[in-house]
Amino acid sequence: MAERMREPLVNAVLVLALLIAPLTAVALDEPFYVGLASRVAILALAGVGLNLALGSGGMVSFGHAAFFGLGGYVAGIAALHAFEGSAFLAWPLEIGGSESMIVVWVVTLAVSAVVALAIGAVSLRTAGVYFIMITLAFAQMIYYFAISLPTYGGEDGLSIYLRSSLPFVDTGDPLSFFLVCYALLLSALFLTHRLVNSRFGAALQCARMNPERLATLGIAPFPVKLTAFTLSAMITGLAGALFAELNGFVSPAMLSWQRSGEIIVFVILGGVGRLFGPVAGAALFILLESFIGGWTDRWQLVLGLVLLSVVLFARGGVIGLLAGRARHD
Amino acid sequence: MTDSLLGPLLELQGLRKAFGALKASDDIDLTVLPGEIHALIGPNGAGKSTLIAEIAGGLTPDAGQVRLFGQDVTGWSVAARARLGLGRTFQVSSLVMEFSVLRNVMLAVQARSSGAFGFWAPVRRDARLRTEALGVLDRVGLTRRAGDPVSALSHGERRLLEVAMALALRPKLLLLDEPMAGLGPAGTRELTAFLAGLKTETGMLLVEHDMDAVFALADRISVMVYGRIIASGSVAEIRASAEVREAYLGDLHEAPSC
Repeated sequence: MAERMREPLVNAVLVLALLIAPLTAVALDEPFYVGLASRVAILALAGVGLNLALGSGGMVSFGHAAFFGLGGYVAGIAALHAFEGSAFLAWPLEIGGSESMIVVWVVTLAVSAVVALAIGAVSLRTAGVYFIMITLAFAQMIYYFAISLPTYGGEDGLSIYLRSSLPFVDTGDPLSFFLVCYALLLSALFLTHRLVNSRFGAALQCARMNPERLATLGIAPFPVKLTAFTLSAMITGLAGALFAELNGFVSPAMLSWQRSGEIIVFVILGGVGRLFGPVAGAALFILLESFIGGWTDRWQLVLGLVLLSVVLFARGGVIGLLAGRARHD
Repeated sequence: MTDSLLGPLLELQGLRKAFGALKASDDIDLTVLPGEIHALIGPNGAGKSTLIAEIAGGLTPDAGQVRLFGQDVTGWSVAARARLGLGRTFQVSSLVMEFSVLRNVMLAVQARSSGAFGFWAPVRRDARLRTEALGVLDRVGLTRRAGDPVSALSHGERRLLEVAMALALRPKLLLLDEPMAGLGPAGTRELTAFLAGLKTETGMLLVEHDMDAVFALADRISVMVYGRIIASGSVAEIRASAEVREAYLGDLHEAPSC
């Protein structure tokens, strides 16, 4: 029984620590750390998205920055047109910008879903290294498309002068914005938890471990994987919209393959397929980046060593190290 | 529907499949009738596995037709054929290794009843799936092992779990690809008795090397050599056929090692 309770305990401590850190920072009047905690929450959310595809579905997407960046550009473009009072689309329907965060989220989810359906429908016909390469290729296409858009800043990116707003919440306040990100992270964790343990989750796990068996039972693996890939992209896209609003800036860097790699690193560091793995992974990544990065520019050397030891010695990542092997029953 | 019950469960017409110069299926005609066990025997490399794959949907034939329950399914996917009522077991056990025995069968029950869709309710505590899956495990005598991971099962138990997963689909036709392989004499006797008891539920196409099991179970036997069916008939006819003796049974008696 004690063994069974270890992982939920580790998860609870992790999530509580992420909540207490910015609260303490506010109490100590250190606003910098509130922003840092928001970064952790947002990048963890991006990782939770990828983990659904990579961990549960076995789809190693090297192109999730595409969705992360698309979310960022939805936030940036909505803010730009709202600021200028100009129209995004004049015909056949007039669509302007928006200052509502809810609108930004809904549009982000819709755009991510449509793009993921298209990318997934092509990419999921391949497997293994080909899948990795084709998702990378799609993300690079979107990256270069963003660079070639002078209206939206091209290579220089786009500044968001005014963060979009929510009813009853002052999103301009760092702590309130953190709490919004934190709430979305918890919701995404809860949703993926339900999803992975549902009938759909059972089929998805079988699609990862033994697709031939799944087909023999009468469930075609392709639509199951495509659904999971799309949901995964929507979560990562939402994280991107928050990330752009946090930084007040979006640029093609959000769409770059380095960003895709980073999201994979969160998942691997935390523990592939472990529900709270991306939270641990993103937290560790940001801690290394800020504290070792504050001390030396070569902090990525340390990150490399940590990643290497995780892959070699702790296949379950940080969560696996703290909570033991994953349960299967 | 009534038509499909009266006609053959499975009908292969002029099936051809070549890999380069090798003719793995060379103009195959074959039927499985309701309530019948049709055994397919032949030496290794005769094309039995290719034929199974063409029936299950993993391989598309170059020419000819596969009809299941009266319907032409030649271009259909593996999953679509399974949903139509085709169950199968694999020559090498193909199970979800990280799931428990019970969850493997629950997945099969789920596949038949609702497919993949159901995004919210926890599947482990789904009483309907559990009850039905436990019932199937009880039939094959694996109840004791329900909570164990598949990786902890013996070879023989894995073969039984394969059968249980196929049965959970309530198939109208079962493809059994060497179910006795590696079972040992006692296990083979048990599985033979069990399959004999299934005849009223489902027709079977049985690919098997164990001749005692084949002669005990089969209503009809087809003999396959080099991609062709060289003889087809009752147990007595096949035993008596000189051609079969020469091509297959004779070899077997001289070289019992295979």
